[in-house]
Amino acid sequence: MANVADIGPVAGQVEPPARRSIRGLVAQTEVDFRLFGMLIALAVILLAFHIVSGGKFIQPNNMLTLAVQAAGIAIISTGMVLVIVSRNIDLSVGSLVGLIAMSYAVLMTDWFPNIFGLVPDTPFLWVLALAMGIGIGAAIGAFQGFIIAYIGVPSFIVTLGGLLTIRGLVWYQSNGAAVNGLDKTFLLIGGGAQGSVGGLLTWVIALVGSIAIIAILINSRRQRRRYGFPVRPMWAEIVLGVAGCAAIVGVAWFANNNFWPQGLANRVAVEQNWGPAPAGGWKIPTGFPFPIVLLIGVTIVMTWIATRRKFGRYVYAYGGNPDAAELAGINTRWTILKTYVLMGILCALAAAIVSARLNGASLDIGDTYELLVISAAVIGGTSFAGGIGTIPGAVLGAFVVFSLKYGLSFVGVNSPGQNVVVGIVLVVAVGLDTINRRRGT
Amino acid sequence: MNGEEGPVAVAERTPLVEMRGINVAFGGVHAVREVSIDLHAGEVIGLVGGNGAGKSTLMRVLSGAHPADTGEILVEGSEVTIKNPRDAKAQNIETIYQTLALADNIDSVSNLFLGREKMTPWRTLDDHFMEVQARKVFHRLNRNFTNIRVPVRRLSGGQRQVVAISRALYFNARILIMDEPCAALGPEETAMVGGLVKQLKADGVGIFLITHDMPDVFSLSDRLAVMKNGKLVGTYRTTDVTEDEVLGMIIAGKRPEGKEQAHHAETAALS
Repeated sequence: MANVADIGPVAGQVEPPARRSIRGLVAQTEVDFRLFGMLIALAVILLAFHIVSGGKFIQPNNMLTLAVQAAGIAIISTGMVLVIVSRNIDLSVGSLVGLIAMSYAVLMTDWFPNIFGLVPDTPFLWVLALAMGIGIGAAIGAFQGFIIAYIGVPSFIVTLGGLLTIRGLVWYQSNGAAVNGLDKTFLLIGGGAQGSVGGLLTWVIALVGSIAIIAILINSRRQRRRYGFPVRPMWAEIVLGVAGCAAIVGVAWFANNNFWPQGLANRVAVEQNWGPAPAGGWKIPTGFPFPIVLLIGVTIVMTWIATRRKFGRYVYAYGGNPDAAELAGINTRWTILKTYVLMGILCALAAAIVSARLNGASLDIGDTYELLVISAAVIGGTSFAGGIGTIPGAVLGAFVVFSLKYGLSFVGVNSPGQNVVVGIVLVVAVGLDTINRRRGT
Repeated sequence: MNGEEGPVAVAERTPLVEMRGINVAFGGVHAVREVSIDLHAGEVIGLVGGNGAGKSTLMRVLSGAHPADTGEILVEGSEVTIKNPRDAKAQNIETIYQTLALADNIDSVSNLFLGREKMTPWRTLDDHFMEVQARKVFHRLNRNFTNIRVPVRRLSGGQRQVVAISRALYFNARILIMDEPCAALGPEETAMVGGLVKQLKADGVGIFLITHDMPDVFSLSDRLAVMKNGKLVGTYRTTDVTEDEVLGMIIAGKRPEGKEQAHHAETAALS
């Protein structure tokens, strides 16, 4: 890294596209045009339901419920991106979520009290449960990944087998019964009024997020200057900074306009001696539910893994050209195996959210998750040809799917009707993408 | 390690690489049979033969892409085990594949450093450092190559070739295998590759050059090795044989009469 300052600007630098079109302007901010388009599409979907429902759709309670419903699928889809990018597939995620959710339920209702002798509500019981769930997910992921990467059985077959086998094992875990009654703290992972971080912490998160965006923009600009690389135009930096901070603060403000239900607030007020209720009742902001905080964390970590770590680069290189990756000396088998381990860990997180929301587990928990997760990843721009796909894209894709589902049910369309729409959107989205790519390159 | 030592000095050195009794079979097909060949520092060996003659397979053994069934490989006199591309790279054996072996979806900087990324102290990719280094090495080969941050799928054939060659240059190849390096190139770029071969040779790099192009073989190689049906027909000093004789060996597997083989650079140099 010596003498970095010596390196002057490089001659013949390609100018960023200067076209005065929307695409040209977006290109100058170096924001992924596809991602930008998806944000617009998401906004259009939400607005459409808002109008159709007579202005009742876009309000904090609905949006947070929608986000909590989407969180589990979105979390798993970040891993599915890496699996599909490396030319594989994982059909077993729904069953794995079911198995791990049932494991949480069985552990907390049976094993912990009856085998380990841990009385209910022991502190950090939830940590132990979560750790065991993550362990189960990672182990099953590693096992499937091993068969795929080292023995060479196609991932479609291995995970199809996984789908059937693991779902069958769920039955044996509880002898076919649904199990209820989880640890009180564990339940908070599922969201709800008490499972949210609260008003103050939501503002703190928004503040930290805004500072992080500005710091990243400034630092990246300084770095690129130092090395003599081209930088974005100043207006683009400001637009990005302002838009990013505004979005974060706006979402936080929105979440803080969601309040505890009066009944719950009154009950807790009595339990914890808050004193008499103020005129007009308690107004306690919920802020971000825990599943959303978890999703934000997972998205950041997974994006970091995909773009800043060797492993992420190898996944993309392998997806682009498996032979080239092998010849470059990459341990491709180990890389593939690791994508499935990640997948198992993400399934454990999603299973925690869903089982906490249900305060237990039923036999069909996580059913058809694999289809929703794959849809989210694909709508989010992941290509089955391999090598192409982004983590934030998949998260947005999950939100598109759940906006449609939730919005349709909000305006009174039943579940089969929702499937019809989501199915069509899936094919249309990929169709548009295919046409766009053919024109683009 | 400079090119002015002349051929006599070559004779006194241990070969850079010796491949002895190499055999490779795919199922029932014996792709390479009992081939022995050596290469000295600062020497270019032209490896020629028809399609399916086994020359690419032989080189894939050396580059670690496909291990040999039997046979041994010595680098500077000591036996080495090459089971995968990592082993080969550890011996500074670099390969420019005919297919270029690039991942089309990632950019040229990432391709240059693929498998050998420079990391920051926080164990993340040091993309800034890699970009600076990549610009330098690309600039050496092609001054007009600046759009280095786009996926290589969008680059021209010549630019893609620059990326592939840059790997060998940047990581200081000691032994370089070039498989049809000019197959996809225009005249100007072919001349650039020719110039590069001479320059690397002068720097003491040993080069195996696989090519179908007779003028390339005769202008660039010191010795040429002819393969047919997986066997080595013969190895000759390039100046000892004519193009017709080489073609005769490639097509009919017939050794030219009255020509002395040069299985080792020593004999070649001393004769």
